[in-house]
Amino acid sequence: MEIYIISMCVVAGIYAVMALGLNVMWGMAGLVNLGLVGSAAAGAYTSAILTKTFAIPIPLGIMAGAIVAAAVGAVLSLVTRRLKEHYLAIVTLGFAETIRIVASNEIWLTNGTDGISGIAGPFRADLTPFQYNLVYLGIVLLVLLGLYVCCQRISYSPLGRVLRAVRDDDMVVSVAGKNAQSFKLKAFSIGSGIIGLAGGLYAHYTSFISPDLFVPLLTLYVKLSLLVGGVGNNRGAVVGAALIILILEGSRFVVPFIPYISPAQGAAIRELFLSATLLIVLRFRVTGLIPEPHDHPVIPRPGTATAGTSIKAF
Amino acid sequence: MNVLQLIANGIMAGSILAIPAIGLTAMYSVLRFPNFAIASHATVGAFAGWVANSVYGFSVLPSLAIALLISGLVGLLTDELILKPFRSAGVITTAIGSLALTIGLENVVRLFFGNDLRGYDLPLARDIIVGGIHLGPQQLNNLAVSIVVMALVFGFLFFTRMGKAMRAVADNPRLADIKGIDSRIVARIASFMGMGLAGLGGMLIGLDSSIDPLTGFRSMLPIFAAAVVGGLGSIPGAVAGALVIGIAEELSLLALPASYKSAVAFIAIMLILTLRPQGLFGREAN
Repeated sequence: MEIYIISMCVVAGIYAVMALGLNVMWGMAGLVNLGLVGSAAAGAYTSAILTKTFAIPIPLGIMAGAIVAAAVGAVLSLVTRRLKEHYLAIVTLGFAETIRIVASNEIWLTNGTDGISGIAGPFRADLTPFQYNLVYLGIVLLVLLGLYVCCQRISYSPLGRVLRAVRDDDMVVSVAGKNAQSFKLKAFSIGSGIIGLAGGLYAHYTSFISPDLFVPLLTLYVKLSLLVGGVGNNRGAVVGAALIILILEGSRFVVPFIPYISPAQGAAIRELFLSATLLIVLRFRVTGLIPEPHDHPVIPRPGTATAGTSIKAF
Repeated sequence: MNVLQLIANGIMAGSILAIPAIGLTAMYSVLRFPNFAIASHATVGAFAGWVANSVYGFSVLPSLAIALLISGLVGLLTDELILKPFRSAGVITTAIGSLALTIGLENVVRLFFGNDLRGYDLPLARDIIVGGIHLGPQQLNNLAVSIVVMALVFGFLFFTRMGKAMRAVADNPRLADIKGIDSRIVARIASFMGMGLAGLGGMLIGLDSSIDPLTGFRSMLPIFAAAVVGGLGSIPGAVAGALVIGIAEELSLLALPASYKSAVAFIAIMLILTLRPQGLFGREAN
């Protein structure tokens, strides 16, 4: 049971990393990404394949995964640079599905739908399962802390301010002499890279990945984490991810008490519950638990218009 | 492999794909957001048709009508109750809402029917061979159904008052409003028609093989590709786009394994967005 709780904390930490990545793209720069699970898959597969085939150290593998995911994100952003945002929604969703198709079919590279098993974990051989989970929790928390600090720095740096300006009105940004496109590209690749890193962390933790793991539902979970926590807010991303894992895992214990349903129906009820939660959060609490901070000490928040601007952020 | 055979298969597949693609593009032109809920409505239609066909013993044509009706009604209801309030919050919020809706509805279907593959009760029939090309009678029936439905849709849009009102709202919502067209009713009709066509398309796709709760989701990428390639919002574009995607998917079999069919749709989206973002028939730049 302790191992279960620790492993849930690890998963929550990994979700929190993904939510941080999403926050850079979506929260700060207002770029929609319905295919972040594709970036996670790119990171996870890159790291798994590199560490398994070429026996490179795990940290390097995870870094490589993050770089590949960032590069793929950059390409996606380049292709869609002149398009309205709803095309970005379609393209990113299609991108994630295509990654899944490639992972299912390139058997020589990814072992197809059977997935890759036996991915190396740090010190796995020398530790008991309990110790291993604890060590990995430590690693994930360290990474999370590091990224959190980085994202906070980005958020308050000139880059972060430009990104928020791009989100609110990219015309104004262009008038101010900034190249809005290149900032969108930066945000998209940084965000994709962080999500790819989370994918790598996941692969080395569970030692097994398969295309079935990287379904659109996972994208919605991360999206929901950020929405619940507060879009545009790094603290919110972390809190939201913890909360979502609590709900997800909690529902695992509640569903078996519903009489007369099969396990498949139980799973359906959990997914139904999650999508309903997302719809409700999206509808009624668009600012999340911790709203984006208003960082000017003197100028007040623009009154009732805050609701409008925070909605525009989507 | 025979290229002509592949092209014939592609035309058949494309004509089926055109039905939900018209639905998607019609909804887009009136409601102005990419409605991902089209995937689950295709599944709902496929299962409604399956219940009518395999449980209550209706033949294929009435089952198709039931598929259209049920998924249209579900579409109307979910849009009215769930998606409509999102629209004031912007395109992307609505699109994310529709993605959540599609996963929710898909799981409602899973709750009642489970994950098993199901097939329709169809009379067995021998392939017709024309000039060395094999044509399945069921495929030909599907082609005929698609053509009739397309003709009805065009007739509705061009010759009826409501159809003209719908085109007016799509063209210029403000001007339509000034002329006294009630955009709420037009939106409802667009939802019913769009999702009805999605359900009909879902069942047509299922008639070719079998159905499960993911039927709609698997076809979502080709449906979007058809609409984007044709130009989102253009109905003749959706038909042309669907034929392009159908034929391209079949021709890809010459070079790629069959499981890569949906990747073709994605490549088509990327290509068209890079080369001609407004699509083959689109007027709207960007």
